[in-house]
Amino acid sequence: MAKYLLQRIASALLVLFLVVSLTFVLMHSIPGGPFSREKQVPPAVLINLEERYHMNDPLSKQYIDYMKNVAQFNLGPTFRYEGRTVNDLIKDGLPKTATIGFIATIFALGGGLLLGTIAALWHNKTPDTLATFIATIGVSVPSFVMATFLQYYLGYKLGLFPPVGWNNGAFKNLVLPSIALGAFPIAQITRLMRTSMLDVLSQDYIRTAKSKGLPGYVIIGRHAMRNALLPVITYLGPFFAYILTGNFIVEFVFGIPGIGQFFVTSITNRDYSTIMGMTVLFCSLLVVFNLLVDIAYTFIDPRIKLTGQKGA
Amino acid sequence: MFKIKKKRILTVAVAMLLVVSVMLTGCSSNQPAAPAKVMKTSFNAGAEPKTLDPAISTGVPESHIQTALFEGLTRIGEGEKVLPGIAESWTQSADGTVITFKLRDAKWSNGDPITAEDFKYSWLRALSPEMASEYSYQLYYIKGAEDYNAKKGSADAVGIKVVDPKTLEVTLAAPTPYFIALTAFHTLYPVSKKASEANKDWSLKADTFVSDGPFKMQEWKHNDQVVVVKNENYWDAKSVKLSEVTFKLLEDNKAALTAFESGQLDATENIPIEDIGRLQASKVLKVAPYIGTSYYRFNVTKKPFDNVKVRKALAMAIDRQMLIDKVVKGGQKPAYAFTPPGMVDLEPGKDFRTVGGDYIKEDVAAAKALLAEAGYPDGKNWPADVAILYNTSSINKLLAEAIQNMWKTNLGIDIQLHNEEWAVYLENQKKLNYNISRAAWIGDYADAMTFMDMFVTGGGNNQTGWSNAEYDKQIKEIANKSGDQKVRIPAMHAAEKALMDDMPIMPIYYYTLPWVIKDNIKGVFRSSLGPIDYKFATVE
Amino acid sequence: MKLAQNLFEPAKSQISAEHINRPSTTMLQDAWRRFKKNKLAMAGLITLASLILFAFIGPYLIKYNYYTNDLMNQYLNPSWIHPFGTDALGRDTMARLMYGGQVSLAIGFVSVLINLSIGVFYGGISGYFGGRIDNLMMRIIDIIYSVPDLLYVILLMVVMGKGGLLNIMIVLGIVNWMGMARIVRGQILTLREQEYVLASRTLGASTSRLMLKHLIPNAMGPIIITSALAIPSAIFMEAFLSFIGIGIQPPFASWGSLAAEGRLNIPSYPYALFFPAAAIAITMLAFNFVGDGLRDAFDPKMRK
Repeated sequence: MAKYLLQRIASALLVLFLVVSLTFVLMHSIPGGPFSREKQVPPAVLINLEERYHMNDPLSKQYIDYMKNVAQFNLGPTFRYEGRTVNDLIKDGLPKTATIGFIATIFALGGGLLLGTIAALWHNKTPDTLATFIATIGVSVPSFVMATFLQYYLGYKLGLFPPVGWNNGAFKNLVLPSIALGAFPIAQITRLMRTSMLDVLSQDYIRTAKSKGLPGYVIIGRHAMRNALLPVITYLGPFFAYILTGNFIVEFVFGIPGIGQFFVTSITNRDYSTIMGMTVLFCSLLVVFNLLVDIAYTFIDPRIKLTGQKGA
Repeated sequence: MFKIKKKRILTVAVAMLLVVSVMLTGCSSNQPAAPAKVMKTSFNAGAEPKTLDPAISTGVPESHIQTALFEGLTRIGEGEKVLPGIAESWTQSADGTVITFKLRDAKWSNGDPITAEDFKYSWLRALSPEMASEYSYQLYYIKGAEDYNAKKGSADAVGIKVVDPKTLEVTLAAPTPYFIALTAFHTLYPVSKKASEANKDWSLKADTFVSDGPFKMQEWKHNDQVVVVKNENYWDAKSVKLSEVTFKLLEDNKAALTAFESGQLDATENIPIEDIGRLQASKVLKVAPYIGTSYYRFNVTKKPFDNVKVRKALAMAIDRQMLIDKVVKGGQKPAYAFTPPGMVDLEPGKDFRTVGGDYIKEDVAAAKALLAEAGYPDGKNWPADVAILYNTSSINKLLAEAIQNMWKTNLGIDIQLHNEEWAVYLENQKKLNYNISRAAWIGDYADAMTFMDMFVTGGGNNQTGWSNAEYDKQIKEIANKSGDQKVRIPAMHAAEKALMDDMPIMPIYYYTLPWVIKDNIKGVFRSSLGPIDYKFATVE
Repeated sequence: MKLAQNLFEPAKSQISAEHINRPSTTMLQDAWRRFKKNKLAMAGLITLASLILFAFIGPYLIKYNYYTNDLMNQYLNPSWIHPFGTDALGRDTMARLMYGGQVSLAIGFVSVLINLSIGVFYGGISGYFGGRIDNLMMRIIDIIYSVPDLLYVILLMVVMGKGGLLNIMIVLGIVNWMGMARIVRGQILTLREQEYVLASRTLGASTSRLMLKHLIPNAMGPIIITSALAIPSAIFMEAFLSFIGIGIQPPFASWGSLAAEGRLNIPSYPYALFFPAAAIAITMLAFNFVGDGLRDAFDPKMRK
C-alpha cells in the first residue's frame, strides 16, 4: 500500500506538470491577450504594461519562471486585479465556494442515494417513477435556467430566501445556490444508484441472504448498498473536484464571491496567471480525490486490486 | 418482502425533513431594525474593481466608486458644469498653454493637508513607465508627458510645477480647452504622496486607503462589496448628507435587477433589455444621458465594403427609430452622424450635434439604386460570406439579427452573423479580420475630440482600414494644434463631414443610460460621462 | 399376471418434445421483445419519435421560418396564429423551436455517439488490462480532464472556423468522453474479476471475445445510463457555449440558446423560457425512460 501511494503521488506530480505545461501552451495559442481592450492602449503604454508583467520575455523564459514559482506554491500576480495574487484569490474565494459545495454535496449525495435506492426497491412502481421524475428535473433544465428560476420564484416572488448575495455566509443566503449547484449531481447520483442497485439486487448473494431470512434492512444496508455504491464512488472523484471549485453560473447568478467564476472569467479576460492558477488548483484536487476514490474502492470491494496484476 | 425497510426509509426521510426545516427556521430570524435617521444607500457597481488606485484604473465600476472616494482639481456637477474641486480657482495664460491652479485648504481622509506637491507626485506617478497605467495618455496633453511615459524623456521635463504648496502650474504641449474638465477624470485624481511613499500597496486595503473625496473607504470585500462612509475631513463635508454608501459588485445584471426589485439594492444600472419595456410601463425606469454612440464598422480594405456606395447603401437601408423602439428600447436617439449630443459648440448653449446636423438620410429606394450602381442590383452577385462580427451579449445579438433582417428585406442581400467571445472579437477587429463589426464608443470628456480623433490614419481605434487626407488634416493639423474654439470646432465639423461622406462606419444610435433607483433617494447626480455621484444625495 | 400385448403401444418419439417450437431469436430481437413490454420506455420512444418529427418534418408544415422579423408583433402571447407566441423580434416561437430542435437533437445524438465510441474503447482497454496500462491511461484522462475545457473549446472553434453545427458536435464529443471512459473502466475493473470471466478465460477465450461477449455487454447498463445523461450534458454545454458566445450562430438557435434567452425574460414574458425549457425537459425525460428500458432489455442479468 505504501509503495502504491508513493507511486501514485509521483504520478500525480507528473500529471500536474503535464497539465500545467499543456495549459500554458493552449493559453498562449488562443487569440487575444490580457491587454486586449475596446479602447486601444497606445503602443508606448502597451510596452510598459508588458514589461511590468514580464510579458516581453520569451515564452520559454516565462514558462520556466512560472514553473519555478509554482514549485514554491506561488501562483503569481493576477492580471485582472491590481496588487492581488492568484494565491489571494484562492484564499479569499475557496472557503466560500467550498461552503456552498459542502451543502450541495450533502444535498446531492443524501438525496441521490435515497432516491436511487427507493427507485430500485420499488422498481417499475409508482415510487420509482416519482423518484426518477424528481431526479430528472435536475438534468432537464440548464443550470442557468435552474438558478434564475430558483432566484426569481423562491427568492423574489415567494420571498423564502434572499435572491442574491453572500451576506457573510448566512445560511439563508446559501440555500438557493446550494440547491442550484446540487440539482445536476443529484440526478446523476440517483440514476447511477438506481441502476447499480438493480444490478446488485439481482445477484445471487442477495438471493442467498434473503433465503437465509435476513431482515430487509440488513440485506439492503449491509449487502446491497455497499456493493451498489461502486459506480457512485467512481463518479465522486470528479464530482468533489467539480463541486469544491464551484460553478461559474451559480456564482455569477447569485453573486457569490467564490472562485468558481474565475474558471470562466480568467479565460475570457485572458488573465494568464489566473488561468494557470485555477488549473493547478483543479488538477490537484482532482488527483487527490481520484486517489481517494481508488483507495475507497479497495475498502468497499476487496476483489479490486489496486496494484492490478493481470488476472486473478 | 421489504416491509421493514419501507418503514425505515420513511423514518429517514422524516428525519431529514426535520433537520432541514430546523436549519431553515433557525436561520430566518429577522435582524433588528437599524436606528432611524442614518442615511445609507446601495448601488450595484457591476464588477469587482480591477483596482481603486486612480492612476491605473480604467473601468466603469471603478469610476463609480472613485467618484465617491476622490476629487480632482475640478468636479463635474449638475448640468455637466465644471465646478471647483480641490482647486479653488485657476487662471490661463493668453495662449492657453499655461494653467495655474490655486488649491483650497483641503485635507486627505487621514487629516493631512493636500498640497500641490501631491498633484505633481500623482500625475508623474500615473505617467511613470513602471506604473504602466493604461490611461496615462489622458495626461499626454501636458508638455513632456508623452515622452516621459514612452521612456524618451525624463520626469523633470514634464510641465508640472509646484509654485508653492497651494499653487500648481501646468504647461501644456498645445492649447487644450477641455484640460480643465479633464482634471475631474480619475487618472488625474491626486493620491497622497506621504501615504503612497510609505506603503506602495496603500490602495489594496480599506485601512490603508487614503482619499480626498466626499467619502472614505470603510470595507472592501473582494467580489462582494465596497463600503464607503462619509469623510469628515472633506473640505465640503457639510454638503454630504449620506453616512454610508455600499457598492455591490454583482456581475449579473439580471441578478442585480432582481436584488433591486426585492429590496436588497437601492439602485442599479445596465438593465437587461428584456426588462426595459416592463420597467418603463411601471414608470420605475430612469433614463440618464450618456455620451456614446453605437455603430458598425465596415472593413474598407475588403470587398464589398471597399466601395463607398455599398457602405452608404447599407447605412441608408436600416430603420433606426424602429430598432430603438422595438429592439434596444431605453429612449436612445437615432444616430445620423458620429458625435453624440452633449458636446460643446462655438456659441454657448449650442450643441455640437445640432450645429453639425445629420449626415445620413434613411431611404430604401435610394439605397437600392446605390447598391445597383455598385454592381449588386437587388442583391445579385452579393458575396455569400459577408458577416457581421459581434461579441456576445443579448443586445448585440438582437440588434445584429434585426439589422440582418432589415438588409435582407430592404436590399435583398444575405449577411451572416458571426458571434465571438470578447477577446477573439477584439483580436479579429484589430486585425481587420471581419466585414462588418459591431462597435461602441463612450466619450471620456465633453468635447467632440473624444470622438473625432478616432479615425485618423493608423489610429489604434480606427480599425476599419480607412484613411482620408482631409480628415487627417482637419484633426491633426488644425484642431489638435489650436486652443481656439473658433478654429477647432469648425475643423471638427469638417472632419466629421469627411468621415460621413466616406462612411467607413455606420452610426446606429446615441446611447442613453437606463437605470433604476428607489424613489426615496434624491439628489444623486449622473454625469453624461457615466459615473454616479452621491455627494449631494439624501435618503427620505 | 398376464398382460395382453395389445395393452401396450410404443411410446411416442421423444424427439418432437425436444424440438424448440419457438423460433430462435437474436439478441436484438430478444431485447426488443422485452423493451416492448416496458410501458414507460415505449412512451419515451414514442415521445422521442414525435420530437424528431416535430423538429425535422414540422418546418414543412408551418408558414413561418426561424429568421423573418416582425417587429410590430413582438412578445405575442400564444394564440391560434402563433401557437407558442413570438419572440423579441416577432419571430414565431414554434418555428424557432422546430429548427432549434434539429440543432439540439443532432448535437445531442452525434456528440454522444462520438463520446460513446471513444469512451467505451478507451475505458474498456484501461479497465481490462489494469495495472500499469490502466494507471497510465487514467493519468492521461486526469490530464485532459484538468486542462480547462473552455481553453481548447475556444482554440478548436478558432482553428475550425466559424461556429458551424458539425464543429460544435465534434468539439462536444471530444470534450466529454472522459466521464464515460471512467465509468466503463470502473465497471470492467469489477467485472473482470467475476467467475464467468475467469471461466471463459480458462477456456481460452481471446481478449476481444472476452471484451465483446462478456465485459462490455455486462457493463451496458451504466454505459446506456451515462449516454442518456450525456445527451443533456451535450445540449446544455452547447447552451453554455452560446451563453459565453461560441455556440451556434444566430439567427439559428438551439433549444439551449432559446432557454438562455428566455432566462432573461422570466419576469416580463415567461413563455420565452417555458417552451424551450419544456422541450428540453420532455426530451430528457424521454431519453431517460428509453435509456432505462434499453438497459433492462439488454442487460443479461435482467433476463428473468
